[in-house]
Amino acid sequence: MANSANGTLEQRAREISASHAGRKGPLLPILHDIQHEFGHLPEEAMRAVADELNLSRAEVHGVASFYHDFRSQPAGRHVLKICRAEACQASGGDAISEAAARKLGIAMGETTHDGHVTLEAVYCLGLCACGPAAMIDGKVVGRIDEDRLDQLLSECRQ
Amino acid sequence: MTVTVYVPRDAAAIALGADEVAAAIERVAGENGQDVHIVRNGTRGMVWLEPMVEVATETGRIAYGPVSASDVASLFNAGFLSGGDHALSLGLTEEIPFFAKQTRLTFARCGLTDPLSLADYEANGGLTGLKKAVAMAPHDIVKTVTDSGLRGRGGAGFPTGIKWNTVLGAPGNEKYVVCNADEGDGGTFADRMIMEGDPFVLIEGMVIAGLATGASEGFVYLRSEYPHAITAMNEAIAIAREARILGADVLGSGKAFDMEVRVGAGAYVCGEETSLLNSLEGKRGIVRAKPPLPALEGLFGKPTVVNNVISLASVPVILDKGSEFYRDFGMGRSRGTIPLQIAGNVKHGGLFETAFGLTLGEIVVEIGGGSASGRPVRAVQVGGPLGAYFPSSLFDTPFDYEAFAAKDGLIGHAGIVVFDDTVDMLKQARFAFEFCAIESCGKCTPCRIGAVRGVETLDKLAAGSSPESRKALVADLCNTMKLGSLCALGGFTPYPVMSAMTHFPDDFQPASMNEAAE
Repeated sequence: MANSANGTLEQRAREISASHAGRKGPLLPILHDIQHEFGHLPEEAMRAVADELNLSRAEVHGVASFYHDFRSQPAGRHVLKICRAEACQASGGDAISEAAARKLGIAMGETTHDGHVTLEAVYCLGLCACGPAAMIDGKVVGRIDEDRLDQLLSECRQ
Repeated sequence: MTVTVYVPRDAAAIALGADEVAAAIERVAGENGQDVHIVRNGTRGMVWLEPMVEVATETGRIAYGPVSASDVASLFNAGFLSGGDHALSLGLTEEIPFFAKQTRLTFARCGLTDPLSLADYEANGGLTGLKKAVAMAPHDIVKTVTDSGLRGRGGAGFPTGIKWNTVLGAPGNEKYVVCNADEGDGGTFADRMIMEGDPFVLIEGMVIAGLATGASEGFVYLRSEYPHAITAMNEAIAIAREARILGADVLGSGKAFDMEVRVGAGAYVCGEETSLLNSLEGKRGIVRAKPPLPALEGLFGKPTVVNNVISLASVPVILDKGSEFYRDFGMGRSRGTIPLQIAGNVKHGGLFETAFGLTLGEIVVEIGGGSASGRPVRAVQVGGPLGAYFPSSLFDTPFDYEAFAAKDGLIGHAGIVVFDDTVDMLKQARFAFEFCAIESCGKCTPCRIGAVRGVETLDKLAAGSSPESRKALVADLCNTMKLGSLCALGGFTPYPVMSAMTHFPDDFQPASMNEAAE
């Protein structure tokens, strides 16, 4: 079972790599596509990408681990990113991050035990004139207060 | 009769409910049998009024805001489709004081047009700069940009024309134009706003940069935190390619230029140009030592123009109206206009494009209206996480590259973050070190280790452990980081730290000492 799953995964990673053939500097676009499809960067896929691009496994790992966006493990079903940069701090963002962590019972960067929510810090969503700001599953939210946070968290539990 | 209603598609407007407002307008119009054409424009930049809905009337565009979906029914009842009066009425958009006081050159079309309508773009002055550039010799395009006095709007303030001239003079057929759209500085959103609100102007600027320097390929390195900008740029590039603004034969000139968007992956340091180039090449975003300059050995080792979004987006108007037109705005060696981004705890937050030279006090108090909380403004951070904190005693500083440098600050990407008197400046200084530690690429020691030691030292200071010697240690550490770091991340982190310590010394007295003194 595991072998056949890995076989498919490896095959998809090779197909994705091949779809970027001819592009200059294709590694980041490939990693983005793989993460988009699998939710993280599985080890088997990384080996296949390294092979396809004629890079060492270490080089691919080095790139994947450098960037905050790339995950080696799947995230929770929902990802809540709260901005922690200065403009959001100035409008009460720290209290929102603390409340989110407390209500979910996890720290920034962690996933709840039931796998529902991953809570992450983000440094600026460009929503600096309508902070505190957050992004939930790619959707932007501005002027968050505790009520709005509760609403977002209850949407996550559904 | 069809009425045109504008509901912004800008991420800030969407974050405040613009999509729901647009859907509600469509629904109610349908129920009433009224013929409404909704245009999802960019934002006019008055973020505190978002979602700001505009209705096209015979007298001009009339604005309502901030509108929530639940206000829509009452707007219809008030006859807003013909400009009817309502509690949310703001009058004619162009007469709203925040908007009327601006000089919009780079952002002339942002919020006015449908961002993805090329016809709208051309009808409002778009492509005239490129059409002129197509008929000019590369050297003349570079000279026009040089003479305009345009300096890099990303933060470094290096003259754009001089950079282009280096690339033009560099040998080789393979050259690149790279747009730095990795706008990671907290408190800044001008790049995002123009890419979402007028993406064609960036494309036009990049094509002109290509014609000027002999580059035929361009990349927009766009941060992943900006999904709406990524979508807008990709759609605009496809439209421009279809219209032969991009491709093998730019506007029939026989010259080629094409471009694509590359999405970043959440590394702040990739806003540093050499780190960005490594990232584009598919490597870790590690900073490169300079020299060689990217203009000579940049992307894939080839001569490369690396410019910020706003620098490139300012080029079309310079080519269109001439270098003198642009140069005549501003003061000293800061020529033209700058899109100020007023953010944080401020009443009237948003983007305000104006000539250089307003004082910081005018910007924060008169334009921004002071703090949103109503409490006194205590500190203003200018230029992003690597910019200095200014106290109100320095509010007479004019917004100008040199004037800010003279006060140990920088204008950076022109982000202005306002804090009220509840701010703890020791905490802000600690955050500057913490952010540097999180985002350091790790290549040079002063940044990689210095940032961590800075956090530890400030924690000890806060705990009351020999504060005077800790402060001396932080100052010494900042000096090492400033002079010894390879790039601006480690090199400029001392700005927020030292300005906080210098201008707000009371916050660096640990609580135990204050109690002892009382």
